[in-house]
Amino acid sequence: MILKTKLAGRVYEFRSVKEVMAKANELKSGDVLAGLAAGSDSERVAAKEVLSNLLMSDLRNSPAVAYEKDDVTRMDQDGVDSAAYDRIKNWTVGEFREWLLSYDATEAAIKEIRKGLTAEMIAGAAKLMSSMDLVYAASKMRVESTCNTTAGRRGTFSTRLQPNHPTDDVEGITASLFEGLSYGSGDMLIGLNPVNDSSASCGEILRRFDEVKNRWQIPTQICVLAHITTQMEAVRRGAPTDMIFQSIAGSQKGNEAFGFTTDTVREAQVLLKERGTAKGPNVMYFETGQGSELSSDSHFGTDQVTMEARCYAYAKQFDPFMVNTVVGFIGPEYLYDSKQVLRAGLEDHFMGKLTGIPMGCDCCYTNHMQADQNDLEILTLMLGAAGCNYVIGVPASDDVMLNYQSNAYQDAAAVREILGLHPIREFEQWLERVGIMENGKLTSLAGDPTIFTERRGGLG
Amino acid sequence: MIDEKLIAKITAEVLRRLNAAGTPISSGTGTVSRRLQAGDGVLPDLTAPESKAEITLEHMVNRDLMEQMKRKTPARIGIGSAGPRMNTRTYLTLRADHAGARDAVFRDVDEALLREMGLFTVQSLCTSRNEHPTRPDLGRQLSEDTRRELRSKCQMNPQVQVYAADGLSSQAVDMNLRDILPALMDGLQDYGISTGTPFFMRFGRVPAMDAVSEYLGAEVTCVLLGERPGLATANSMSAYIAYKAAVGMTEARRTVVSNIHSGGIPAVEAGAHIAGLLKTILERKQSGVDLQL
Repeated sequence: MILKTKLAGRVYEFRSVKEVMAKANELKSGDVLAGLAAGSDSERVAAKEVLSNLLMSDLRNSPAVAYEKDDVTRMDQDGVDSAAYDRIKNWTVGEFREWLLSYDATEAAIKEIRKGLTAEMIAGAAKLMSSMDLVYAASKMRVESTCNTTAGRRGTFSTRLQPNHPTDDVEGITASLFEGLSYGSGDMLIGLNPVNDSSASCGEILRRFDEVKNRWQIPTQICVLAHITTQMEAVRRGAPTDMIFQSIAGSQKGNEAFGFTTDTVREAQVLLKERGTAKGPNVMYFETGQGSELSSDSHFGTDQVTMEARCYAYAKQFDPFMVNTVVGFIGPEYLYDSKQVLRAGLEDHFMGKLTGIPMGCDCCYTNHMQADQNDLEILTLMLGAAGCNYVIGVPASDDVMLNYQSNAYQDAAAVREILGLHPIREFEQWLERVGIMENGKLTSLAGDPTIFTERRGGLG
Repeated sequence: MIDEKLIAKITAEVLRRLNAAGTPISSGTGTVSRRLQAGDGVLPDLTAPESKAEITLEHMVNRDLMEQMKRKTPARIGIGSAGPRMNTRTYLTLRADHAGARDAVFRDVDEALLREMGLFTVQSLCTSRNEHPTRPDLGRQLSEDTRRELRSKCQMNPQVQVYAADGLSSQAVDMNLRDILPALMDGLQDYGISTGTPFFMRFGRVPAMDAVSEYLGAEVTCVLLGERPGLATANSMSAYIAYKAAVGMTEARRTVVSNIHSGGIPAVEAGAHIAGLLKTILERKQSGVDLQL
């Protein structure tokens, strides 16, 4: 293993694989905050050069957190298929990047190799890729999942309708929900971030979602993104949900900081099998985001791209229906500006797909970052081209509860037209029957939430 | 099972009603009726509440219901669109709100205001406006020079030390400080509580109050700080209060009064409220989750 290189006559030497991995990252304010980033652009490229010559086995043998003290590492390492691993263990990381981009790496071939990968190898490949590499490699891979409907098929681009409200007012939530449906949003999920993390409130909102879903016979999924234990309590008390959600981290310590353990997630899966309203088999929903481990001091001196890849390795253990990075939410101390958010969004989507999870993205920004609506739209289009499973939809980009900006209901509609993509088939057929969509375009009825509020009689 | 007949019926009914109402199915773009009416040669303020309350969707099945829905959520619904994209007005309103929020973060507090309030300025270890949002670790620390300056200019060992900090919204300080600070200081004086010398901290984060508390030997420390702006308001201030704050203590020891702005708790009212709260904290000798009010 060589940890030393020369660039323009100057020698750069690194002490460990971990240091190489961190310094090979594109510049991120979170890595600077953690004291892990390269000190100069030249040192960054030197680290990339050293990384590109490390073997895949070097990365497997240097997990970010020790096997003995971390269940994320254990599950990831124990899940490696030795036959697949044997094929790639002597490749350099640079050769692995080239293979992923080559015509040999068909979707089926990647599927086979994937079984031999750990999070650190996946992160290593991302660190050597440019923006277009990340889009191109990801576009080869589709990961399908089935809850009530099947998402992630080639040619589909879905949305989670996010009708948040600053006080969880059920009628206000319903108004936003109808607005979103009327723009063709919500084929992936109707999912709310609650203000009030109580099982009673969670249950009340779930019952309303269930009622709307059934009355209008909408082929989709519902969920309220309270804490995992709150959702489980709501389900035990009879609340209808298709899925259970949790934010996850790339280390056991990080997950404990989120207030859950692996047993909790297993328990939620069993509960949904018995009491959930979905057919499944995929009934879990996870959110992630670069930098969350550093914020809870559970990163073990590891850079944020590698920790993010470990979130995906963890998510994969539970066969989720959907996983998304909330890429611009965490703030400028982790991702400073639009350049860093764009990069992170493309990295996260690529790494998720290479891991084999149904990856979406909350393309977003907060008001104290150097980013605006234009940047969010560029990321959305690039992810549409990369084959991203879904994005979020909120009224006119403004989330009035979480106080950040995500995609407008109008964004997915335009991306679908520009790139020739469609909602999930059953959902599109439903939109056509209700008169909102025709020949892949919105109709003049689109944008009118009152089409869903007529009383029984004329309108059922 | 999807009831095809029912859905077909719904669609037919919706279309029938639209036709019956005499409204054209094809949406016109840029119709004169949607244009804003200017008064006195000035276009109306897009960010004004009455402007945002307006329904800009042109055709709808049920206007009464639309109005009811609009009243139930501050979300931007009933807005209509241009093809699959936002209308010009919706888009520019969003951009105007975002611009306001950004301007509140990325500028300094008004120097004239600080002079008027008689506050001197110290700075955290952050060195620039752009570094401040990215380095919360520096925003909570003070240099040796700053510590000496605080010790030389401030009264030591007060019962209550009050100071202001920009946090993530300088605008929140500009909009609230003139009202909240005198109300708070007068309230404390009325209770006979000894107060330290107020000052302003540039590039300050909440935990800097722990360092201030230690250097000045304050029994209770209270920082009035600008919060991260949302699109709804960039003027929101919070007061963070801790009994015998110490560097490295848990966040659970802070008591917070948030949402201080003209649309939330007005600053004068907040000042009086916080004075009462500080009195209680001094009496109980505890703050944060331990303080059961």
